[in-house]
Parts: sequence; C-alpha cells; structure tokens
Amino acid sequence: MAKTYFTEDHEWLRVEGGVATVGITDYAQEQLGDLVFVELPEIGRKLAKGDTAVVVESVKAASDVYAPVDGEITEANATLSADPSLVNSAATGDGWLWKMKLANESQLDSLMDEAAYKAHIG
Amino acid sequence: MTDEDTRHLPLEDFHQVAGARFGAFAGWSMPLTYPPGVMKEHLHTREHAGLFDISHMKLFALSGPAATALLNRACPLDAGALEISQSKYTFFLNEAAGIIDDLIVTRLGDDRFMVVANAGNAVEDEKHLLTLAADFDARVEPLDRVFLAIQGPDAWAALARTGVETGSLLFMHGTEPRQTWFMSRSGYTGEDGFEIGLPEADARDLVARLLEDERVQWIGLAARDSLRLEAGLCLHGQDLTPEIDPASAGLMWAIPKEVRAAGHFIGADALRSILERGPVQKRVGLKPDGRQPVRAGAALIDADGHPAGHVTSGGFGPSTGHPVAMGYVNTALAKPGTKLFADVRGTKIPVDVTPLPFTPHRYRKG
Repeated sequence: MAKTYFTEDHEWLRVEGGVATVGITDYAQEQLGDLVFVELPEIGRKLAKGDTAVVVESVKAASDVYAPVDGEITEANATLSADPSLVNSAATGDGWLWKMKLANESQLDSLMDEAAYKAHIG
Repeated sequence: MTDEDTRHLPLEDFHQVAGARFGAFAGWSMPLTYPPGVMKEHLHTREHAGLFDISHMKLFALSGPAATALLNRACPLDAGALEISQSKYTFFLNEAAGIIDDLIVTRLGDDRFMVVANAGNAVEDEKHLLTLAADFDARVEPLDRVFLAIQGPDAWAALARTGVETGSLLFMHGTEPRQTWFMSRSGYTGEDGFEIGLPEADARDLVARLLEDERVQWIGLAARDSLRLEAGLCLHGQDLTPEIDPASAGLMWAIPKEVRAAGHFIGADALRSILERGPVQKRVGLKPDGRQPVRAGAALIDADGHPAGHVTSGGFGPSTGHPVAMGYVNTALAKPGTKLFADVRGTKIPVDVTPLPFTPHRYRKG
C-alpha cells in the first residue's frame, strides 16, 4: 500500500514498491503563485538528499525543489512542459513532479506524516 | 532591516480584508498578490481596471520663485517650458550622469510643481533635493499622502462613477481635482490610467467606492512588475541605477535637445562626453525562446560565446504568453533581431533582441 510522507520544505512523497512520486504541497503552490515553467530532471540522474531536483518558475521567481531523500530519477512528469499550471491546480495529484527509486528507505523515517505536516504549516 | 523598521501602508486593513499576501519591498510591507493571483490580476488590469496602492512612493511639492531653477539644476529638464498641468518623465542625475532616480514632474502653477519619486530612493531623493534647495529660493515639502494608481481601459469610467471626472485630462498631465489631491493621467502598466495622491480619510472613501464597481480589483506588486515589464518600463534599482546614464538606458527622448545643449543640469558634462563617444552598452528588450523565463542577473553571451551583457529584469508576460526580459548589451549587439544566449543555471537559452514594449501602450494622448 502506498504511504505518503511530507518534508519541512513542503514536498510530498507517495512511496510504493521502493519508488517515490514527489510533488510540492498545496501550501507550497499557493505560496509560489501561478507557475509558468517547470525545469524537469533527466531520467537516470542520481540525487542525494538536498540536491536540487527540479526548478519551478512562477511569473515572479524561480524556486528550487530539493530531493527529499537519496535516489535515482525514474520518471519526470512531461505533461508539465505543456501545462505547468497543473502544479497549481492539482499539486498533490496530476501536478506531481518526478518519480525516484529510493536508495535508502530508512531516510523516510525522518519525514513527517500528514498530521505532523499540517501542524508544521500551522 | 528589523521588523520594527518596516513601514506599513495606511490602508493596510483594506488589503488584509481583500486577502493580500504581503512581502517586503523598499522597506515597506506591500501587498504582493491577492487571491486571484498574479496572472489573473495582470490580465484584469489590461481588460478592465486594476487598483494599486503605491503609497510607498513619495510625493514632493516644490514651490517658490526659484522652484523652476531648482528643477532645472536637479533634472535634465526645462521646467519653465512645461505648460501648467503638463507632466514630464525625468531623472535626478549624479555628476557622472548616473540615474539617482527616475521621476515624474508635473507643473501645477507658475512656481509650483509636484515631483513623484520611487519608494526605494525616497530618503536619498529628499536629501538630494533639500541640499540643492539651499541655493535656491524654493521650498521642498515631502507630502504625507495615500497614493493610488488605477490602471486599465475602464479606469476613467470607474473614477467617473465615484464623481472624479477625468474627461479632459490627457496622458502625462496632472491636476489638483480637490484641495490636497493630486491626480495625473499616467502609470506603470502601459494602459490608460491615473495616479492619485490624497489624504488618508479621502482615500478610504474613494477606495470603498471604487471597490463597489466590479470592473475594479486590487492588484499586487507582482502584477505591477509583470505589467511594467511587458510595457518596457524601467524599474529603478534593476534597469536603472546610479551607474547607468540615460543614453545607455535609451531614455534620451526624455531630455530635450536644448536642455542638453544648455547643460545647466547636474551631470550635463558627463552626459555630453558619453554621447560623444557613444554608450558602451544599451538597454534592449529580450525575448527568450520557449517558455522558460530568463531573470535579472542572467549573463548574456553572443553567438561566439563572448560576454554580451546581462539581464536586468525578466519574467513571464501573462498578456504576451511568453517570457519577457530586458537588459544591457554591448552597443554593437543592440540591434533588434540580434541572436544572443542567456545563461540560466548552466543552460544556454536563445534570446532575441527585440523592440520594446512587448505589449502596445494604450495611453490617452488626445
């Protein structure tokens, strides 16, 4: 069964079978405002926790989205190239950013569940 | 700057009620966006009327027998040649002809003028003006006003509905429709519109009446920036700085030939020698290929990989539907159609030098 985790940097991860689908939270998309471009990662790129995986660009500014855990990119959400506003309208659904194969599943233990994340954003 | 130093708009409560998201700008807590978001706010302004609280900007009233002479010294301007109610875009220049600030000066009477200056430079501008004023029989009075902009094709009608008639006022003209009010037909969006300075109590009434009109919406600083960038208008601190002169900035249209020739203004000698040898770099419009925005600070290189200049403002143009930018490039590369590349996080994005503005100006000129 898939389990969902959250980070302090306002990302969510849905983990199933050692692969995490990663996106930004609704709170984050609201803070960023209307997105106009998403710079997607290359498939096969290996990331360490904290590396910039994706850059999301709003009308006003560019913001980094960091790898929440170590792993390797297996898929990027290509539909965002044509419609980056999906991240605004469906941040936790069709607006996902990338999928990654986890290198070290124990890193998930340090992430938040939904209740803890809700407390985090107040 | 600590939180206690942050200045708050007199109408902050209006913005809070409207659901604004606030951010710091030039020492002020300013509404950046409202719930519709920057994209919708931007488009609403071009289609109807956007209401902006720009009370962070500074109004100076200049008066006295030598007010004209003071302005002619402070700015590359023939203040005495302005008709009453005529406004002029001009600058404070330093001795090197660098732009201390860009301003709008309006003549209100034989020896009365209004100067509208940028928030970020208000303190420096005031000091500069007061220092210069010591040599002239002129009074410089910083005004305490709420300053509103209403911009867009429905701006005049929305104002008329509240009883503020704008009928005969043309673009770049200003008047005092009521005592202690100042209103000019001008703005920072490329649209027809007005900027109104007025006391807080009057502003509260006017804003409440304007917001009853569904054509009028609050617009935040984020859309103000995308609107002015599409309109090819400069932001001081980015596109203009004390290190940039009006010739490099492509703003010589603001300085009449006779004023240049007479050379009474501060920076005249430096500007003359810059014009004689030609500016090294020029401000240009830049249109990036594709959808990825190219932003302030990005380096520009030419087709051979040599440094060509840099971007000073950049973002996405909601009306154009593509990224828009401006910057400075070596004069030889300033011709529209020149192909350059912007370095965005290591990726070379093709950009075309392009004429400004990106969206046509729709001013009411007569």
